[in-house]
Amino acid sequence: MKANAMSNFEIVTREDFSDVTYLLEVRHPLMAKAAKPGQFVIVMLNEHGERIPLTIADFDRKKGTITLVIQAVGKTTRQMQAECKVGTKLYGMVGPMGIPTHIAKAKKVVCVGGGLGVAPVFPQARGYKEAGAYVIGVLGFRNKDLVFWEDKFRAVCDELILCTNDGSVGMKGFVTDGIKVALAGHNDIDEVVAIGPPVMMKACADATRAAKIKTMVSVNPIMVDGTGMCGGCRVKVGDQVKFACVDGPDFDGHLVDFDDLMVRLSRYTKVEKEAHERWSESCRMTKQVGAAALDALARGHVQQAELLELPDPLDDAPGG
Amino acid sequence: MAKKKTIRTIPQERTPMREQNAQARAKNFEEVACGYNLEEALRESERCLMCPDQPCVSGCPVSINIPGFIQKINEKNLRGAYDILTDTNLLPSICGRVCPQENQCEGVCTVGESLEAVAIGRMERFVGDTAIKEGWVNIPYIEPNRFRVGIVGSGPAGMACAADMAKAGCDVTVYEAFHQAGGVLKYGIPDFRLPNEVIDAEINNLKKLGVKFECNTLVGRLFTIEQMIDEMGFHAVFIGVGAGYPTMLNIPGDSSNGVLSANELLTRCNLMRARDFPNFDTPLPIGKRVAVVGAGNTAMDATRVSLRLGAEKVYCVYRRSRTEAPARAEEVHHAEQEGVEFHWLTAPVAVLDDGKGNVRGMRCVRMELGEPDDSGRRRPVPVAGSEFDFETDLIVYAIGTNANPIMGQTSKLKLNKWGYIGADDNLATSVAGVFAGGDIVTGAATVIQAMGAGRKAARSMKAYLGIRDPGLPYISAEGAGTLFGIDARERNFARVRIA
Ligand SMILES: Cc1cc2nc3c(=O)[nH]c(=O)nc-3n(C[C@H](O)[C@H](O)[C@H](O)COP(=O)(O)OP(=O)(O)OC[C@H]3O[C@@H](n4cnc5c(N)ncnc54)[C@H](O)[C@@H]3O)c2cc1C
Ligand SMILES: Cc1cc2nc3c(=O)[nH]c(=O)nc-3n(C[C@H](O)[C@H](O)[C@H](O)COP(=O)(O)OP(=O)(O)OC[C@H]3O[C@@H](n4cnc5c(N)ncnc54)[C@H](O)[C@@H]3O)c2cc1C
Ligand code: SF4
Ligand code: FES
Repeated sequence: MKANAMSNFEIVTREDFSDVTYLLEVRHPLMAKAAKPGQFVIVMLNEHGERIPLTIADFDRKKGTITLVIQAVGKTTRQMQAECKVGTKLYGMVGPMGIPTHIAKAKKVVCVGGGLGVAPVFPQARGYKEAGAYVIGVLGFRNKDLVFWEDKFRAVCDELILCTNDGSVGMKGFVTDGIKVALAGHNDIDEVVAIGPPVMMKACADATRAAKIKTMVSVNPIMVDGTGMCGGCRVKVGDQVKFACVDGPDFDGHLVDFDDLMVRLSRYTKVEKEAHERWSESCRMTKQVGAAALDALARGHVQQAELLELPDPLDDAPGG
Repeated sequence: MAKKKTIRTIPQERTPMREQNAQARAKNFEEVACGYNLEEALRESERCLMCPDQPCVSGCPVSINIPGFIQKINEKNLRGAYDILTDTNLLPSICGRVCPQENQCEGVCTVGESLEAVAIGRMERFVGDTAIKEGWVNIPYIEPNRFRVGIVGSGPAGMACAADMAKAGCDVTVYEAFHQAGGVLKYGIPDFRLPNEVIDAEINNLKKLGVKFECNTLVGRLFTIEQMIDEMGFHAVFIGVGAGYPTMLNIPGDSSNGVLSANELLTRCNLMRARDFPNFDTPLPIGKRVAVVGAGNTAMDATRVSLRLGAEKVYCVYRRSRTEAPARAEEVHHAEQEGVEFHWLTAPVAVLDDGKGNVRGMRCVRMELGEPDDSGRRRPVPVAGSEFDFETDLIVYAIGTNANPIMGQTSKLKLNKWGYIGADDNLATSVAGVFAGGDIVTGAATVIQAMGAGRKAARSMKAYLGIRDPGLPYISAEGAGTLFGIDARERNFARVRIA
């Protein structure tokens, strides 16, 4: 292993699954070697960017790449959607972080993914398959158009249950309905793995509580460093406080305090919204000015230099 | 030499350091203390008695030749002063700013027995800053050897170890988890106390020595310590990952929104530059009132950062009294000047929320000092029935840190019972070729101690690799002159054992 084979975080593949979901494959040979199911990375888009956590949705040790599947929900994830093209580079990507999923000697597991959790549950499903388990996949999407990676999951699942809110493909219902179907069909399920928005994971944990089936969830609190240094990612698990980035992100779903997690996720909502509005505004202005300028140029009214003087929408940003 | 100085003949007053006005600076992130100029430094150097027994040197964790460098300042030979300082202290402009001098060199200074102690730290800073301005670096004659050394963590411990190993001729790579190097110096200590330019200048000096920095690298998870030795071709590894893992109070309401660790506050503000939000993306809404719990350096930094981020009222709550406060005296003083309201002998018992999970206030209890405890400080005991509530929008815990668990999770290194990495007197760990030092071994300590540990580990590492520790035999009594045509300042050349 060469020590200085560090990556420059180049994006080698991009795929758009829908208006809001996209895939990025980033070159990082060392990380591709080290990555295990259940781990995540922290990405910085540019020098001014936020550090955002994203699950390693797949890794290719031969190609030396890490795959991320991202939902555009706010400023950073939307900006990435706009700017991350093949050949461009991320400012930074550090990982793999977190304790890898313990692929137990389970004989039969249900892997549940909903929303932004579909991609992250894939390496776990594959991990279990490789460990010789019987894998039942349960995937939830809003409708048919949002479905992705069905074939990838089929390749590692012995059974796949697709759920859509409107029934446009698979069964109509939520992933919890899918879990019920799986539980009805098998009475010897050892473990359930559920990844998705907190509400969904909470519902999944509730769905298996009565049958006392071990249910692991991957929590997604707000993070800063991802190295156990800030405590921002703390979650209540049973009567203990855990730092998701170094003690998790996988925890026993029957013990996680989801209500607490959801409240804490709303901590920065107001400022996040502000940041996003500012950013969209600035994109719009750049476009308008750009168009107007081209127009003017075509008519030969403006000197080239003036074109560079786009107004900086962040000029009057209140510092702090 | 001129007539012998006595306590009566030296300037009686300690030369004051110019500071930004307290009202103005509480609104900006510019450096608070402006530092000495040459005249001021010269005047202060007059105050040193050049004591033969040098109590200050024994008070210094790395035994800097203090009267020696002060003498050079006095002779206006700043380059000479810099050379003496950097013989033992690689980061003079940093230590001059952040060392708790009142408990170290200045605490035992002879002058301090009757007057105010000689301002050793301020003169050290002056020399260090002059070196940065002039672009001085002591790049010794380095004879490359075949050894490769890996350093984990780029805080003061890692930086010091990297410098010494590079000077010994090794090929040194520093791995850092964050996207910028510097450790606590970068993410913790704010700019108004230690400007980033100073840290970057020191890091650049390391680069000039040939040290390579690899940021965005989480050692343990990207590759393990064992892999560094077994697969990546490192002959020795130093671990200086700091303590980091912040302690929460464990009182009711701890998980409310608006309760955060000082590390989170400071990292968001300093490293992620939330203070320039939305120009930078990381947010840090601060509210009107901020309560900081604790009274160490971290707590002082948290109070003063909160003021600068626009808080109208900042409280500092500490369960012991002012005398026991672990922060540097100057920091408490500065915080007070800037308008931080101190509540000594007060301990929080609960966080009050607004019913929607947001902080609304804090319930505290008054304390009084009882019998001395293990640390020799008087133990605070709650006064029955003295609970009271006050309103606050943000609560910041600055009550210490624990060992970061990643190294323990990913390697076979033996840990002690508190989870810190176990190391012997020579800072060797339980794995051959792996050394550790700084906060991850001792628990949260100081910059100079971390730096000292990095250098100590470097000495052990050289012994382990069979690199002859160069030095003393080649230096003449005055520390000048050449030997075999090699400048004495360049005495760090290495001889590799013929294996
Ligand atoms: C361990 C972990 C793994 C994750 N894996 C993925 C993944 O594979 N794919 C993916 O699309 N997203 C993933 N996330 C969530 C992702 O980090 C957030 O969506 C992202 O930080 C939002 O940033 P933003 O600036 O675009 O949005 P913001 O404007 O910052 O926030 C928009 C909304 O997202 C919520 N949010 C903010 N930060 C987080 C966060 N850290 N986690 C969850 N929600 C957040 C906010 O509550 C807000 O409502 C993961 C989060 C964690 C902690
Ligand atoms: C806010 C604050 C103020 C302080 N003020 C003072 C002061 O005024 N005076 C004073 O003397 N001391 C002060 N201290 C204490 C002093 O900063 C520390 O004792 C010192 O920095 C410890 O140095 P270190 O090299 O051991 O670790 P650190 O400085 O903590 O550096 C460790 C580095 O290792 C990195 N790292 C961690 N894990 C990994 C990993 N797995 N892989 C790669 N990199 C990793 C971290 O990101 C970090 O950059 C202060 C501390 C804080 C937090
Ligand atoms: S103890 Fe004080 S006066 Fe004596 S040599 Fe040291 S700095 Fe000078
Ligand atoms: S993200 Fe900072 S401690 Fe987990």
